[in-house]
This record gives sequence, structure tokens and C-alpha cells, in this order.
Amino acid sequence: MSDQSSSVLHAHQNVPAGEPVVSLRDVTLRFSGVTALSGVDFDVYPGELFAVIGPNGAGKTSIFNVLSGVYQPQEGSVTFLGQSILGKRPHRIAGLGMARTFQNIELFSNLDVVDNLMLGRHHHLGYGWPSAVAWLGKARRREIANRRHVEEIIDFLEIEAYRRLPVGMLPYGIQKRIELGRALAMEPALLLLDEPVAGMNGEETEDMARFILDVKGELDIPMILVEHDMGLVMDLADRVMAMDFGTPIRTGTPTEVQDDPEVVRAYLGGGDDEEETS
Amino acid sequence: MSMVKTRSRGLRGRPLATTSYAEDMTLLNTPAKRRSTFAIILVAFGLPFMLTDDLLLVLTLGLIASVGAIGLNLVTGYAGQVSLGHAFFIGLGAYTGAVLGGDPDGAVLGYGLPMWIWLPASGVVAALAGLLVGPIAVRLRGLYLAIVTLGLVFLGDHIFRESRDLTGGPGVGRRGPDLVVFGFDLNDTGPVLGVMLEREQRQFLFALIFLIVFAILGRNIARSGVGRAFSAVRDRDVAAAVIGVDLTRYKIMAFAMSSFFAGVAGALYFAVVGVFEPGTFGLLLSIQYLAMILIGGVATISGSIMGALFVTSLGRISGEIAHFMPFISTTAGSGGFLSVFQLEAILYGLLIIGFLIFEPRGLFGIWMRIRNYWKGWPFSY
Repeated sequence: MSDQSSSVLHAHQNVPAGEPVVSLRDVTLRFSGVTALSGVDFDVYPGELFAVIGPNGAGKTSIFNVLSGVYQPQEGSVTFLGQSILGKRPHRIAGLGMARTFQNIELFSNLDVVDNLMLGRHHHLGYGWPSAVAWLGKARRREIANRRHVEEIIDFLEIEAYRRLPVGMLPYGIQKRIELGRALAMEPALLLLDEPVAGMNGEETEDMARFILDVKGELDIPMILVEHDMGLVMDLADRVMAMDFGTPIRTGTPTEVQDDPEVVRAYLGGGDDEEETS
Repeated sequence: MSMVKTRSRGLRGRPLATTSYAEDMTLLNTPAKRRSTFAIILVAFGLPFMLTDDLLLVLTLGLIASVGAIGLNLVTGYAGQVSLGHAFFIGLGAYTGAVLGGDPDGAVLGYGLPMWIWLPASGVVAALAGLLVGPIAVRLRGLYLAIVTLGLVFLGDHIFRESRDLTGGPGVGRRGPDLVVFGFDLNDTGPVLGVMLEREQRQFLFALIFLIVFAILGRNIARSGVGRAFSAVRDRDVAAAVIGVDLTRYKIMAFAMSSFFAGVAGALYFAVVGVFEPGTFGLLLSIQYLAMILIGGVATISGSIMGALFVTSLGRISGEIAHFMPFISTTAGSGGFLSVFQLEAILYGLLIIGFLIFEPRGLFGIWMRIRNYWKGWPFSY
């Protein structure tokens, strides 16, 4: 058991240089008649911010659900930190270092901010139920160590004022930030952000963008970002994958993707042969 | 010199300001909590010398039932798995205690083992049953789980009625185990450390210590990572799994821990009651325990205790009301508009409805409101 020195929130550095953190190969996911994903194929490298864009129903969140083990794809392979995670249950994948935030906030609304973040430390708990019941030595020591780590994150995300408030009572923008905090508490090797600025006003969006840049710059954690706010995606992402109807249509730098006629057609509809309504 | 004596606990006048995480995370983290808990415990230890024996017995049963209520609150309040099967686990504990600790020469099975064996064993047997039931909770949730655990009560009811060698059968019943703690008989009367203690006083004091131990264990579970995982499973199970909480493991753990509390509480409760029969462990007992945590406060330990004390004294309270209301008869058969038993049942119903509508946080919520009022006094906020 390695005791994390508290001031270090950095990502696990257990990926050899040049190797991808996560790679998807020809992933296909079907729900009886509907093909949610087909031939999804990409890699994310250490320190990279990889964005996935596409119209509603393009399969962006499905990719996240495949990655975190909520859905099982019928075909293809998913490799995370050098091992296949297909068929692994969500809590196992989380234990490997996959952290995620949700499109609709999925915080534990009856618990306060500290407890929500402490739950993010679940894999670093370091004690079992017998010492929890007795609360002697080990449980107490580990709780304090985890609390110290959580306080680092509270400081990092500037949410000190909300520490002991039930998260259900907090404003939307703050809740989104706490969800990011809970994911960071896991000391992730890969962070999945599902629409982190959806429904936010301009100021809140700028705050969140700054935190995402801090996570990238200071903590060096690779991220996959799903977002509809194109300004944010184009400003932050290193590479972008555009999707439509479960199929990737273009992967490249933000400018390349932005100028791709296929991508424009997917978003604006129309074109020559088919009239799509989404 | 006075500086040296100053304790580093908190800053003067700012009870919530702490200077270390250890301090912030202790069980009683404000001076007010420490003082009031100490005062309550002191008063509780004084009660046996102030109250009459019959009142003391009611409170003794309330204290023991509190442990069972804490157990139910772990699985239903904290982990959110609604269980109507609590009576089954209590019965299992009661009969394990009675069989292991019962009279070896009696009409029903008994091994006459000492309390330090039968009390933990009754918890363990109930917990093992909880382990078997747990996996069902992994598949079902909400109303469906409630119905399945309801089935458990009927199953238990049938088994308890039919195993006459163990339980004495319906209408007959059997005696509970003897209350002898390390050679010290709780049913005896005589001086203890120079203080004259009668049977009821001894039982009360033992029940009090029993509750204090299990309340601390309950709080430890609730405030540790295990309790947090329970709450996570209750609030959002998908998110809990995605941040790394093993749903199966924690649901089963919640049932096992809850059942352990129910088992030990059941064994001790019916040891104090004396003779009990299988019909006791029906749906009504489960409902009573649910009433305890609803009236006391869901997902709180202190609420479980308040609720259990209140619900177990409800029979006594309705008896007292009957004295002032001439139209309520005090015996079952003697006519009148209502009997005390009916009054008790009506009070249950009214209290559950009333608390759910007006104060879902139960007695604990009322206490919080009083506390917050005096915290801010004389200001409103």
C-alpha cells in the first residue's frame, strides 16, 4: 500500500511514452435493432485532451458507457493501460483508474461535499469493514490521509465554502465542479468528461474551462471530452473526433475537423442526396 | 504556564473551527456535542434509581430494541434497501439465543451455554441469514425488494411455528436464555459494589451498556467508507458503480450487518421478556421496527434510539391515556368504545402518517430544528 504524498494530484505515470492510455478498435454496440456505435476506432495518448463531437444521438455518451463498463459492445476491443477492459464490471474499471463525470449530474445529493469527494477515494480506502466497525488505528489513519487528499482537491477547485453543505442544495455550476472533483479524487489515469458545461452561463463556462485546462496543465491527466459547446471544444481540445449516427466521420485537429464538409453536413443537415432530421 | 494547560481542541467561541482533520472527524466533534452526550449518558445511568420498576422495564426493552432499530436503519436508512424482513432476523436471533442459552433440562431444546457465547452467536446466525438474503437485493430494488423480504417474514413465521422442539410452538412458546453475564445474574437482587440493585435495575444498566456499545459500532459503520458506500448505493447506484463501489458487495454487507444487530437485539430482548411464542415474529414486528426508524429519523443513529424508545413505550403511553379517557377500556373484553390495544394501533398509524407528512426526518429532525433555533438565538438565522 503506497501512501500518496498529499500535495501530488498528478496522474499515474504507468504508461510507457508513446503508448496510448486507451484505445478502441472497431467497437460496435447494438441494442436489439439499433446500432448505437459502429466501427469506433481511436486512441488517446498521455496528457492529451481528446474531444468527441456530434449531433444528439450520435453515440458520444455510448462511448463513455462502453469505456466505464456500463454497456458491453458486441464487437471490437477496448484496451485501457495495456489491458482489455471488455466484460469487466464498472467498479473494477474504476479501480484501474477510469474516472468520469455525467451529462446529468450524478452526485450523491444527500451527502455533503466532503463525503461526495471521499466517495471518489473509495478505491484508496485502504481498510475493510472490520476496521471500519472498530474505527481503531488503521481506519482512522486512512480516513485522515484520504481527507487530506480530498482537501487538496477542494482547494484546487476552489469549493472551500461549500465543504459541509449537502450537494443537492448547491447551484448547478458548483455541482458540476464537485462532480469533476469527485472524479479527480479517484487519482484517475483517464478522465471522461460528459458535457461539463451543458446548461451553464458564460461565466460558469469560463470557470469550468479554466479548471479543465488546470487539470490538463498541472495534473497532466489525459481526458476525453464530450461537449456541444463548439467554442470550448475548439479552444481546449488537442484532437477532435466527429461522429454521426454512431460512426466516426473525421478525426483530427480542431481546424481540420471544423473545415471537413462531412462534419458540416452532419451538423447542418441537407446536402445533395438525403435530408436528415435529427 | 496557563498556556500549557490549554487544550488544543477547537478555538474558543468557534465550536466548528477545528485545527486538524482528526479533530474534525472525531465522533463528537463539538464541545456542545461532547457535553450533551455526556449529560445524557449520566442521566441514563441515574434513571434506575429514580423510576419505578415497571417503567424501567419498558425503557430496558426500548434500549434493546434501539439496537435492532439501528440495524434496520443501516440497511434501509443508510443503504436504502427497504426491508420488511427485519422480524425474521430478530426471531432468528431470539431463537438462537434461546436454544444456545436455554435450560438444558426443559421441555424444549436448550444447551445452557453462557451469555458470551449465545449473544454473539445469535448475531452471527442472523448475519449468515442476511448474507443469504443479500444477493436477492442485488437483483431487486424498491417495492420488489420489500415484497421479497415480506415473504421472508411469512417463511420464518411458518418455520418458527412448526419447529416445536425449538420454539415450543404457537400458543405455548418457550423461555429465553438466562441473563447471566460472566457468572453475574441479572435476574438476581443484591448489592453490587456496595449499591443495592434489583433485577430491573440490573437489566436496565446492562441494556444501557449494550446499546452504548452498539450505537458506537453503528456510528463507526456510518461514518466510515462503508457507510459512505451504503449512502452512495442508496442515492445513485449507477454513479456508485462507476466511481468504484461494488454494488453487490455493499448490498450484501448492509444486509449482513443489519441482521447481526437484529440478531443480538432479538436474543437479548426476549431474554428480558422471558417467555415468548413464535407468533411474535410476524409482519407486525417488522412494521414496528420500520415505524421506529421513520418516527425516529431515517439514516441517523440517534434517531433510531429515539424512535425505538418512543415506539416501545407506546403501549405504556396509550395505557396512560386510557386512564384519562373514560370511553377507553383497559382490558380487551370489557366493552367500551375502544380498548387500549386498539388505541395503540391507531396511534401507530397516526404517528407514521403524521411524521411522513410533517417531519420526514422524524424525531431527529425535530431535535435539529430545536437545536438550530437555540444555536441562533436570539436571532432567526
